[in-house]
Amino acid sequence: MKKGWRELETGSIDFAGRALQYETGDWRTYRPLWSKKKCTQCFLCWIYCPDSAVIAEDGEIKGIDLKYCKGCGICAKECPPKASAIEMKLESEFRK
Amino acid sequence: MPKNIKFTVVARTGNEAMAEAMRQINPDVVAAYPITPATEVVQLFASFVADGLVETEFVPAESEHSAISACVGAAAAGGRVMTSTSSQGLALMHEILYIASALRLPIVICEVNRALSGPINIHCDHSDTMGSRDAGWIQIFSENAQEAYDSIIQAVRISELAKLPSLVTTDGFIISHEMQRLEMLPDKEVQDFLGEYTPEFSLLDVDKPILMGTFDLQDYFFEHKRAQSEAMSVTPEYMEQVSREFAKRYGREYGMVEAYMADDAEIVTVVMGSAAGTTRAVVNELREEGIKAGTIKIRVFRPFPREWIVRLLKGRKAIGVMDRADSLAGFGGPVFTEVRSALYEEKTKPPTADYIYGLGGRDLSMEEIRGIYEELQEIQKDGKAGNLVNYVGVRE
Amino acid sequence: MANLKELAKRGNLLSGGHRACVGCGAVIIARQVLAATETPVVCSISTGCLEVVSTLYPFNAWQVPFIHNAFENSAATISGVEACYRAFKKRGKLDRDIKFIGWGGDGGTYDIGIQALSGAVERGHNFVYICYDNQAYMNTGIQRSSATPLGADTTTSPAGSVIPGKSQNRKDLTEIMIAHDIPYAAQTSPGHWNDLVTKVRKALNTDGPAFLNILSPCQLGWRHDPADTIEIARVAVETCFWPLYEVEKGRYKINKKPKTKIPVTAFLEMQGRFRHLMRPENKRVIQDLQAHVDSKWELLLKKAG
Repeated sequence: MKKGWRELETGSIDFAGRALQYETGDWRTYRPLWSKKKCTQCFLCWIYCPDSAVIAEDGEIKGIDLKYCKGCGICAKECPPKASAIEMKLESEFRK
Repeated sequence: MPKNIKFTVVARTGNEAMAEAMRQINPDVVAAYPITPATEVVQLFASFVADGLVETEFVPAESEHSAISACVGAAAAGGRVMTSTSSQGLALMHEILYIASALRLPIVICEVNRALSGPINIHCDHSDTMGSRDAGWIQIFSENAQEAYDSIIQAVRISELAKLPSLVTTDGFIISHEMQRLEMLPDKEVQDFLGEYTPEFSLLDVDKPILMGTFDLQDYFFEHKRAQSEAMSVTPEYMEQVSREFAKRYGREYGMVEAYMADDAEIVTVVMGSAAGTTRAVVNELREEGIKAGTIKIRVFRPFPREWIVRLLKGRKAIGVMDRADSLAGFGGPVFTEVRSALYEEKTKPPTADYIYGLGGRDLSMEEIRGIYEELQEIQKDGKAGNLVNYVGVRE
Repeated sequence: MANLKELAKRGNLLSGGHRACVGCGAVIIARQVLAATETPVVCSISTGCLEVVSTLYPFNAWQVPFIHNAFENSAATISGVEACYRAFKKRGKLDRDIKFIGWGGDGGTYDIGIQALSGAVERGHNFVYICYDNQAYMNTGIQRSSATPLGADTTTSPAGSVIPGKSQNRKDLTEIMIAHDIPYAAQTSPGHWNDLVTKVRKALNTDGPAFLNILSPCQLGWRHDPADTIEIARVAVETCFWPLYEVEKGRYKINKKPKTKIPVTAFLEMQGRFRHLMRPENKRVIQDLQAHVDSKWELLLKKAG
């Protein structure tokens, strides 16, 4: 339910990180598939992802956050050829 | 009765009075750009800064647009923020004024009323302040240096309570550059009266990060604006509260609207700013001649004091609204349109005419004001106004 | 040399859920810049792509304090925040070390925002200004800005049958900022994350105003495959179209000299906004653009000594 005017914050204000409520994952045409085995933990995908969708926890890449990943393919492209740990596949394959 | 306050009586021009008020308020940030006739306010304040009389961070912005933008940034950071400007400067600030109000920032502008170009004119009229009347700022028109000084101090409190910015104005050159008698409060009293500013939100509160200045689509803009409108509507309560407290402490009380010889007045003018004094002098003369004349001074134009206007003007036989701004075929000046609209609900609508005067600093004489009252007497006789929109003092 | 694992500990100060286009360069820059910060930061941002995608109500994607004021006044706004910070510190009301960043696109920085930026740095405020330069007014639909390169097709400098795209070379804002004698100014690119992070840190640790001009590929406006964003940023550097250099207290240093300087066509070929230049009748434009890139590069080499 959208708020009425009496329930809004004072002024044109918003709080940090509320965007997480909006899951951009359904924008995808292509989905990245990350291989834990092939990953060399170089973290390049993490620094190049536009959507903060590469999950880095406790000093490790743990996977892709499909709630927000828009499927741009930068991670797959920038993953070093020696690792080639990310492959892009058509999203429709996963939504049959 | 005021406590044992040691006032200091000094001679100060309107600009000097504004600068003194700013000095005693000692804001956190003043970001300003000079423009005639407000220049001196900024210059004097800069000298206070240079002499260490204030702790204010002075930001000499490169334009009024940047000045008000910096004020928004500083107020958003939780600071007490002020600036001063006029005319084209206020106009250049225009888009940001709306934003400052929407962000609910209690910025106070010491505005010196000067005509908006073109042609370019450095003298007094109210077109600049009127041009920003829908920006969501409290607008207080001061009649003289004392009122400006007192109103600025009160405005800081009012703005912080209402969470809305304020414009406190004087008439350019007429008041800004005229030497007047000023009763100043002790520095400590001003600080005491204002107290600490504790903002609801601050950008510098880095542990609770906020965004100020959202992007609204069709689904939220209207609600944000409705809330802002409500805030403006309840502001008179804060204004009266602060005014009462100021009066209790210091013995001077100001209202939203001030009536003079109004109790039994049949013909009444409505006036704002410095012309109020001249008008009162004419009323005195008319009263001596047995004419039941009176005058109403609107001190606070935003929020528009509808209730007060209706209470004071209903039942009169003729009303002459004096506008120091024209809306160019918008059916009279701004004060006329709003006063007339306020009186529309009355069963007996007093015949009301507009008298546009003083544009570009054109002087208003007692004879001319007398002329207005003579016309009001005619209107009283006829029971209706002839010409609804009139120009006083312009060569045909 | 920054360490990516260390940077990752900073978290995602621009969260997911923002509305940027797939593969947008601006948000990559935002993430990299914020990851580089080592103290709390307070930011201002001008109206534009980065602002619009991240500040939609109630979906704020920023995890640090932000203020959006208007289009042309990001620098003026942040100078006010910084002034208040100094006032508070002077009065003993605040004891934390906070840094200030003003953000703007090329629209809000090169053009409508240049006055505010010039004023703010002239006054010497202690802040960093970051221009994410996507070389056109992208948010309003790809109109030309003074940052648009020669020959580029935009909606207000269209590649038509008589005029083949933008007729002027791009304005060199980095040099304009250097001419303000600020203590630190630099150009960087998200394709060289280490260069970017190092420069952001240097800028934040500079006492006084610092300016960073960051090339921001835009898949929609430049017309390229979203997956190529980082690659295009790299090629821009390799062709010397976008040199990576810094100027510290007037001293020029080129951070990356390509081993072999490749022709600017390598950069142009990757983007649809230059496709019309590949036609034989527009060969002249590519020559002019190459000459411009070359002369600027030569001058830079000379300045860096």
